[in-house]
Amino acid sequence: MGDRVVIGLGSDLRGDDSAGLEVARRLRGALPPSVAVVESSGDPAALVEAWSGAALAIVVDAVRSGAPPGTVHLAAEPPAPSRQPSGSHALGLADAVELGRALGRLPGELVVVGIEGGDFTPGAPMTPPVLAAVRRTARGLRERLSRERPAGPPG
Amino acid sequence: MTHKTVRIGALTRVEGEGALVVHARDGLITTLELRIYEPPRFFEAMLRGRAHTEPPDITARVCGICPVAYQMSACQAIEAACGAEVTGPLRDLRLLLYYGEWIESHALHVYLLHAPDFLGYDSGVAMAADHRDLVERGLELKKAGNELVAAIGGRPIHPVNVRVGGFYRVPSRRELAPAAERLRRARDHALATVAWVAGFDFPDVEHDYRFLALRHPGEYAILSGSIGSGDGRADPAGFAVADWPDHVTEEQVPHSTALHARLDGETGYLTGPLARYALNAARLSPLAREAAAAAGLGPVCRNPYRAIVVRAVEIVHACDEALRLLGGYAEPDRPWVPVEPRPGVGHGASEAPRGTLYHRYRLDEGGLVAEADIVPPTAQNQARIEADLRDLLAPRLGLPEDELALLSEKAIRNHDPCISCSAHFLDFRVSRG
Repeated sequence: MGDRVVIGLGSDLRGDDSAGLEVARRLRGALPPSVAVVESSGDPAALVEAWSGAALAIVVDAVRSGAPPGTVHLAAEPPAPSRQPSGSHALGLADAVELGRALGRLPGELVVVGIEGGDFTPGAPMTPPVLAAVRRTARGLRERLSRERPAGPPG
Repeated sequence: MTHKTVRIGALTRVEGEGALVVHARDGLITTLELRIYEPPRFFEAMLRGRAHTEPPDITARVCGICPVAYQMSACQAIEAACGAEVTGPLRDLRLLLYYGEWIESHALHVYLLHAPDFLGYDSGVAMAADHRDLVERGLELKKAGNELVAAIGGRPIHPVNVRVGGFYRVPSRRELAPAAERLRRARDHALATVAWVAGFDFPDVEHDYRFLALRHPGEYAILSGSIGSGDGRADPAGFAVADWPDHVTEEQVPHSTALHARLDGETGYLTGPLARYALNAARLSPLAREAAAAAGLGPVCRNPYRAIVVRAVEIVHACDEALRLLGGYAEPDRPWVPVEPRPGVGHGASEAPRGTLYHRYRLDEGGLVAEADIVPPTAQNQARIEADLRDLLAPRLGLPEDELALLSEKAIRNHDPCISCSAHFLDFRVSRG
C-alpha cells in the first residue's frame, strides 16, 4: 500500500462510465512509487481495502449531475448515502465510505473527483468532451501527486 | 376486482441493475417478470472478426466480479476449436486462479450481501457498524482470494496474465508463498464462516429444483468436465460440453435483455452452488465435506436461502484445494502451449461462482472469430428465480408493498444474480386498480 492512492472507478461497458478507469490507466507507471494506482468496479470492500492505511486517497468516478459533459467536479467530501444515485457508482462509493467508517478504515484524506458523463449507453464509446476531461484530470493529478508529499510527521 | 402491481425498479445488493414487475388480479399473480440487463449480448457482436487470442481478454470485461470465469470458459472453447488442451501444472495454475475468484466472490456475497438478510440489517454497511469483527473476517477472506488472483493473474481484477494456451508468465514458488500463507488463515476463517451461517434462521422453503452443473470424475468441478443434470434423487444425466447446443436452448423474452434458457425443452432449471452441491458433494475436499455435514446440509439442499451455507462450504473447499495445489506446485516448463488457429467450432464451460458459464466460438478460415455465443449463469437461472418468486409472493399478496419488496429482494439474492455494472437503488411502486 502506498502512502497515497488514486482509485479509478467505473465500468468499461457503458460509454463515459469508464472515465475513472481511464484516468487510472493514464497514471499507472507515471507517478512516484509511493503512490498506488487502483482500478475498481466500485465494490465497497475493494475500495476500503484499496485506501486502508493511506494518508490520501483520490477517487475518480464518472457522475451525472446535469452539468455539461466533461465538467470536472472536485469534492473534499464524498457523496452522501442516497437512494437517488447521482452517478452510476455514487452509491457504491458512499457505501464504501460508510463501510470504512464503521471499520475505522478511512484514509487520512479523501478527495473525490467526479467527471460529468454524457453517454452511459452500454457499448457506447467515450464521448469527446469526457475524453478531454480524462486527459485534463490525469495531467492535473500527475502534477499534483509528483509534487505533493503526504501530510504526516516529517522524515 | 383488484389489480395490484408491485414494481421494484432496481434491486439493492444485487450486482447490477434489475427490476421486478408483478401484476396480480383477484389475489392471483397474472404476470411476474424479472427484468435484467445483461451485457454478454453485445459482447457477442463485438467479438466477431477478432483474432482467436482475443476473447479471453474481451469477455473478462463482462463482469467485474467474475472475470476469471469468462477467461477460463473462453480459453477452453478456443482451445477446443483449435484441437489444443491445457493439462498438468498449467491446468493446476488455472484451477488456482479460479479458486481465488471463488473465494473473492463468495466472501463478498456471504458477508456483505447475503448475511445482512438473516441478521436483520438492510445492508452490509449497517451490519459492519454492529459486527465489525465479523465483517473484518469476511474482508480478510476476500483479500486472500484477491491475493491469489493477483499472484497468478497479474492483478486482482481483470487479470491480464491469462492467454489462450496458458499464461504469459508463470509465477515462481516463492512468488506464491505469501498467498499460501494468507490462505492458511483464510481456511480457518472459512470454517468459522460455515459454522456462523449454519446457525442462521432459515425460512422453511424447499423447491423441487432441476439442477445443472459441470461434473468432473476427480474434482468438485470448477474448471472443466461434462455437464450433469438431475433432481438430486436419481443418478444425474450427463452430456459433453460440446453437445450443449443440443440440450440447452435460449429464447428471447420481451421484458429482458437476457435470454431465457431451456434444458431439454424444459424451462426453469437451476445452476449455481445448490446445483453443484447436489450433483458433486461427494467430491468436495474431506475438510469441506466435514464442514457441510456439521452444518447439517445433507446430501442435497433444496432450500435456496441455505445457499449461503453451500457458498461457505465452497470457500472451505476452494481454500483447501488451493493450499493442496500450492503445496505441490512446481513451475511449469513453459508458460503456455501453442494454440494454432484453424477453422472450426469449440465449446467451453466452467463454473463461475454463480453457476455454469458456457462459451462457443466458430473460427473462420483465417482463424478469426466468425460467431460467438455466451450463456451466462444468470440467464439460465432467470426463469427459475421467477418461479421461486411466484411461489413466495402468491400466498402473500395481501402484505404491504414494502414487505413484498423486501421478501422479493431476499429471494433474488439467494441466487446471487450477476447483472453486471453496479447501480444500486430502489424504486418501488405499487398500483391498485
